[in-house]
Amino acid sequence: MDQFTSTIGQPNITSILFFFVFITGTLFITYFAAKKSKTTADFYAAGGGISGFQNGLALAGDYMSAASFLGIAGLVSLRGYDGLIYSIGFLVGWPIIMFLIAEPLRNLGKYTFADVVAYRLSQKPVRIAASIGSLMTVCFYLIAQMVGSGALIHMVFGLKYEIAIVFVGAVMICYVLFGGMLATTWVQIIKACLLLSGATVLVVMVMAKFNYNPVELFAAAQAKYGDKVLAPGGLVSNPWDAISLGLALMFGTAGLPHILMRFYTVPDAKAARKSVFVATGFIGFFYILTFIIGFGAMVLVGQDVISGMDKGGNMAALLLAEVTGGTVFLGFIAAVAFATILAVVAGLTLAGATTLSHDLYVNVFRAGKANEQEEVRVAKIATLCLGVVAVVLGLVFKGQNVAFMVGLAFAIAASANFPALLLSIMWRRFSTLGAVFSIVTGTTLAVVLIVISPTVWVSILHNPTAIFPLKNPALISMTGAFIAGWIGSVIKRDERAESLYAEQKVRNYLGVSVE
Amino acid sequence: MSKDPDAIINSPEFKALVARQWSVSAVLSIIMLGVYFGFILVLAFDKGLLGSMITPGLSVGIPIGLFVILLAWGLTGLYVYWANDKYDSAVNAIRQSLRRN
Repeated sequence: MDQFTSTIGQPNITSILFFFVFITGTLFITYFAAKKSKTTADFYAAGGGISGFQNGLALAGDYMSAASFLGIAGLVSLRGYDGLIYSIGFLVGWPIIMFLIAEPLRNLGKYTFADVVAYRLSQKPVRIAASIGSLMTVCFYLIAQMVGSGALIHMVFGLKYEIAIVFVGAVMICYVLFGGMLATTWVQIIKACLLLSGATVLVVMVMAKFNYNPVELFAAAQAKYGDKVLAPGGLVSNPWDAISLGLALMFGTAGLPHILMRFYTVPDAKAARKSVFVATGFIGFFYILTFIIGFGAMVLVGQDVISGMDKGGNMAALLLAEVTGGTVFLGFIAAVAFATILAVVAGLTLAGATTLSHDLYVNVFRAGKANEQEEVRVAKIATLCLGVVAVVLGLVFKGQNVAFMVGLAFAIAASANFPALLLSIMWRRFSTLGAVFSIVTGTTLAVVLIVISPTVWVSILHNPTAIFPLKNPALISMTGAFIAGWIGSVIKRDERAESLYAEQKVRNYLGVSVE
Repeated sequence: MSKDPDAIINSPEFKALVARQWSVSAVLSIIMLGVYFGFILVLAFDKGLLGSMITPGLSVGIPIGLFVILLAWGLTGLYVYWANDKYDSAVNAIRQSLRRN
């Protein structure tokens, strides 16, 4: 095949057109959502009026980032089978959310997962601790997304990195500030539909060249690059590394604040279950599509061209779109990638703002005594501040290697948020001190261990050997959080919390409160 | 049945509900954990196995990876099916009897 020259990086009329249609449409939705968003329930949870199916799509839209679309397709295009291992890790957390978290979360909480942890415990210490876990997860995830989006937009549209970051920040602030959860939800639903349909069309166009038989595509890849592309390579080598990363992905998904808060947008536990089923199906389908897209790019574009454009392979899906559908289709897929970034950062910012206003301001600073108007106002101020912080962090971390921050966000979510949430639901004796110990231990271990691990200590700080051997700390930090929760609960029992357990359990299972 | 939460959670109906919900959740979680960690341990210890070819263009690892993805979705579907069918009716029965008293 001839080496082809890509037009990626030059202004693309179709792309700009699609993009403006998307921005105009979503801002229009935001305008209508703004009229309906008056109360705290509207702002944080879209008034609980989202259906199970809609929430499933929105969850998928919240979770499928540009990094997983472009990054995993790129990983597959350069390393073959290894990319699939990565996507499977990101999917298997969803059944865990379903079996252990979704229904209790919906029945016991109001707007944040900290509502559930603090249900029986002393509000102030538990909310402060839970906010730390929440905000750290959101911030690390946000930095990774912002830096990735700036670099991506720069590469695809030729726009300056700084302008791209400010633009993403401004549009995202508009969605969340004016439209709250309702606008954010619809942005995520539209984005999920665009991403799923765009990826499906891309796969159909690839498969048309291989008689609609994936095995023929894989065989072509094998003929071109050898057996190794269909076999596991170096991604999983040390079993302890593999287990630790597996734990972070599996239980981290069940501790991501922006995912957990989506369960409050549906009317009841039944709709919450349905939304996990719908989300898992779409996300799984999406990962199968990215696998085919990766192999399509490997065969039809070629590894030299892909890695020539970007070492990490991030341009693979876009190059494939150009090869199969020309500049018009490239423009469409590029616009979809942009929409994807906006939807994910909007969800993260809303989750962070909710933690700041609902958990910290209202329940800690004002001891639960703020009225609706005051709370909505604070939530909006928090959105604005967090949006500005996201832009500043995006600018500060320009050109830095921030890929590890996604792994760190998952490790903190699995260590700080998940153990406290699970223990508060299931264990009568879980006390205030236990919750604080658990969250603080999980967060501290996750952050400290990743700094002295090969991921940061060797790859970023360039030391010869790492002090801590595992690339992801979840195996130790999550275990540590459970042990700390147990120790804290044994040291200082919480009589009031234990006496409230029966009432919590009734509400957890029956979805109603007694009395 | 009284409306005292302690009495409710100690009632045989509620205990049966909790036991059934917990066993379904635990079994499904263990299946998911077992399959996923089994998959990555096979990857870590025996790369050759998943890399061996069934036919040209298809290694053992590809259908197995696809299976893990479909299983994850299938298990959530199984849970929804069970919960809509059995769990919700048990919950409603207990709610009804609470309302009568």
